[in-house]
Formats: sequence, C-alpha cells, structure tokens
Amino acid sequence: MDQRGRVLTLMAPPTLWLLLLFVLPMGAMALFTFRAGSFGAEREIWTLEHYRAFAGNWPFQRLLVRSAFVALLTALGSLVLAYPLAYYLAFHAGEGRLLLLTLILVPAWTSYLLRILAWKLILGSNGLLNSLLISLGLTAEGLPILLYSPAAVVITLIYVWTPFTALPIFAALQRIDRRLLEAAADLGHRPWEVFLRVTLPLSMPGVLAGFFFAFIPTVGEYVTPLLVGGARGVMYGNLIQDQFVRALNWPLGALMSLVMLVSVLLALLLFSGLVRQSTRVRL
Amino acid sequence: MRRAQFSPGALYYALMAAFLYLPLLLLVVFSFNDSPTLAFPLKGFTTRWYGELLLAGELLAALRNSLLVAAGASLVATVLGTMAALALTRFEFPGKGAFLALAAMPLVIPYVVLGVALLIAFSQAGIKLSLWTVGLGHVVVSVPYVLLIVMARLAGFEANLEEAAMDLGESYWGALRRVTLPMAGPALLAAYLNAFTTSFDEFALSFFLTGSETTLPIYLYSQLRFPARLPLVVALAALLIVGSLLVLLISEWLRRLGPPSGKEPAL
Repeated sequence: MDQRGRVLTLMAPPTLWLLLLFVLPMGAMALFTFRAGSFGAEREIWTLEHYRAFAGNWPFQRLLVRSAFVALLTALGSLVLAYPLAYYLAFHAGEGRLLLLTLILVPAWTSYLLRILAWKLILGSNGLLNSLLISLGLTAEGLPILLYSPAAVVITLIYVWTPFTALPIFAALQRIDRRLLEAAADLGHRPWEVFLRVTLPLSMPGVLAGFFFAFIPTVGEYVTPLLVGGARGVMYGNLIQDQFVRALNWPLGALMSLVMLVSVLLALLLFSGLVRQSTRVRL
Repeated sequence: MRRAQFSPGALYYALMAAFLYLPLLLLVVFSFNDSPTLAFPLKGFTTRWYGELLLAGELLAALRNSLLVAAGASLVATVLGTMAALALTRFEFPGKGAFLALAAMPLVIPYVVLGVALLIAFSQAGIKLSLWTVGLGHVVVSVPYVLLIVMARLAGFEANLEEAAMDLGESYWGALRRVTLPMAGPALLAAYLNAFTTSFDEFALSFFLTGSETTLPIYLYSQLRFPARLPLVVALAALLIVGSLLVLLISEWLRRLGPPSGKEPAL
C-alpha cells in the first residue's frame, strides 16, 4: 500500500470520530439556540427569542462577568503559588526534581469531587478549621463561616489547580538555556534583574499555559459552587446547568454555552497575543 | 547538578506539599473516626465505615459502572489517538494542521459546554442517555491527551527503525506492529492510564450525559446531600485516594521508562 493509503487508513477513524462527536455536536448546539423550546413541536419552531432574552437579561451577563472574575482570581492565585514551586524545582531541586514534581502532582490526580469535599469539611462552620480552633481554645465561636461564599470557591479551586499550573511553568523553565542566565549575570545584572529580564519573559509561554489550565475549567465550573459556594457563590455554569436540570429551557442553555465558548476562545486569543509580545528578552 | 539542600525554596516546597496533601490526609484520618459527624476532636478508631461500604449495593454498582466505562472509553481513546499520532508524526498530508487544531480544541473548552453540546446532539439523534453516552463523552475529552502523549513519544525516535524493518521485508503494518508500537508501548500504556483516571473521576461532563445507571462520581455527588451517608463517602474517598495514587505512580513510572532494554524490537 502506498503512503496515501496508509494516511487514509490511519486518519479516517479519528477524523470521523472528531466530526461526529465534536464538530457535529458543537454545530447542533449552535443551531439549537434558534429553537423555540426543548421538546416536541416547539423544538421545530425557529426563533430569535432566546437571543433577545439573553441580551435583555442583565443578571445573566453580570454572572458571566463574575464567573470570569472568579476564574481570573483562581488562575492568578494558582500562578502565584505555583511559580515559586516550579522555579525551585527547575533550578534548585537537583537530581530528584522529577520525583519531587510527581509528588506534587499526585494529589491533583485523585478524585476532583473528593478534593472539593475535603474543603467543604475544612471550611464549614462546624468544619475542621473551626472545630480545631475551638478545641485549641483560640476562639469560642469559631471564625465567621468561610463556607458558602465566593471566597470558598476561589480557595478550593486554587487548591485544585495549583499543581496543574506548576507543570507547564516547570516545563518552560526547564527549557531555558542556562548560558543565557550566565551571560546576563556576566553583563553585570543582579539576580533579580536576570530573573525579570530573562527568566520571567522566557517562562511566559508556560505561565500562559498554566493560566489557561486553571482559567478554562473554572470559568465553566458548576460543581464547586454547588458544594462550597452557597447562594452567594453561584456561577455562570450553574445557570447553564439549571436550564437543563430545572428550567428545562435547552435552547437558552445552549445559547449560554455558546456565549461562554466564544468568550473563552476570545480570551485565549487575546492573552496568547499579549504573551507573544512579552516573551522577548531585553538585556 | 548539586544535591538539594535546605533553602527557602525547599521550605516553600515542603509547605506546598503539606497544603496539597493535608486535605487528603484529613479524609483518610476521618474515615477511621468513630463518629458520624466530621469534626474535631477525633472520637476513636473504627473500621465500621469500611465494613458498611461493602454492604452498599448501589455504591458497588456505581463503582462497577465506572470501571466499565473507564476501561472501554480509554481503550477507544487510546486506539483513536494512537492512529492519529502515527499519521501526524510520520507523514505529510493536507489538512494536518487543521486536524491538530481541531483535535486539541476539547482541551480549551469548559466541560459544561461539551456536555451541553453532546446532550443536544444525542437528543436530536434520538440516542437515549446511558453509560454508553457517558463513555462517548469521555472518549472525546481523552483523545487529545492520548494524542499529545503518544506524539511526544513517537517524535522521540526516528522513523528509520521502521524503514529498516521494511527494508528487511516487513510490510508497513508489520513494521508498526513489531517495531513502532512496542517501542511506543510505555507511552501507550501511560496514555491509557491517563484516560482511565480521567474517565473514572469525571463528573462535569457525565452529569449531562448520564442515564438511569450512574457512575461513581455521580453517585458520590448524590450522596453528599445526606449527612448520615457522609462517613461512608469519606471511607470510599480514602480508598479512592489510595487507589488513584497507586495507578498514578505506575503510569508515571511507565512514562519515564524508555524502550524496555530487554525487549528491543526483534527484526
């Protein structure tokens, strides 16, 4: 068989798969935003009603912005915690750094739902943090409840995403040619100048990847808000989920999903452009 | 490289490790606590929650469902991802860039969006929700990871071993089977285990695609509403934590493994 035949044989099943279970559903979702209702005859009627409803509903839009803000805080928090970790592993951890990296990643691979549950147990008003403080006699009442707030969502998600964020930063730092750092030092730059002018710019692709590792799943979160967010911690993902579980307004839910998808892809393009600008080394 | 010594960096690492492991450790500790409420101080040691786990029929059914879905979905994902990885790393063909861009898309899309899209597509195609639809969803999110893991491995060794095998009279598929795939074996297994753990733990997508039979994360979620069931959930959590640690350590070890030296391809 010639090369053409080999490529066709190897590529046909994955391509078919991608078209049927990714491209087609995305298209179906986009088209469904024009349907009048979720089921039966209503499903056959075309309308722009949901677009009008979404555009006119200020709380929907505000919730999307708030979810983006929660995701931004989560991603930045994860980056701040993860960068020094990755830096230590890449530059100062010696031979055992891969083992040390693996150790950090292990908790991240255990059940996501259970890690959230653990924080529910820690942050609750009769949770571990408060009962520990009370039994140590530090406070009589315990702290004001942390659970069921946007802060609880952010804390929990920073915990969830920090290890994943460290991974691409570590990879980017590993790739930096150590001779560049020596050259910068030889040119009379102090260590922090070397860091700001060489190391940080060169690690930006990893930082960006890490940012999106945390940002994208968080923007679509609906489980963590349900478990630890309470009424004040509701996110845009909950709104989408609601259209399919309780409100049963699938077309509106599809439209909300589509809006989120477009927003995420736009953010991705925007940030990648910004980072491409900032990766230049200026000595 | 000098050895790691005590330093602010090492201290920071230790603190972060504690931050990451303590919540998990808490779950394990409380799984042995002789009290139905999860609060300090600890009451006493018991294994009764683990004993009760064995009697929770629905839970065991959910566990079985999850294992089935994960085993099947990761097998399909590994096969599809490997086929694409082989073609993408070894051949030039039109549409290659477009395929890669499209295939990587599920990585940058929130699962809730994928869940909504698949739910609508299944509903319009008249496909009833079941463990099958959950499995299909898991394949969609696992293929990109398989693709990346296997491509990285295939890029690590040149095509000339395959060419040598073909010069010696193997067909292309024979060379794949006897040279390329054995050399990429550890990466394939790592990709499979990665897909397996992803599927086994997946909630956000499954929630939209699940029928009357539930997977373990869906079952766990449904139990969280009942405080009386919490100790059981925590005991299960402790088991799952230890189990996934083991799977992860094995897969990490396999990924690090080069082509096994004792099993060089036999031409």
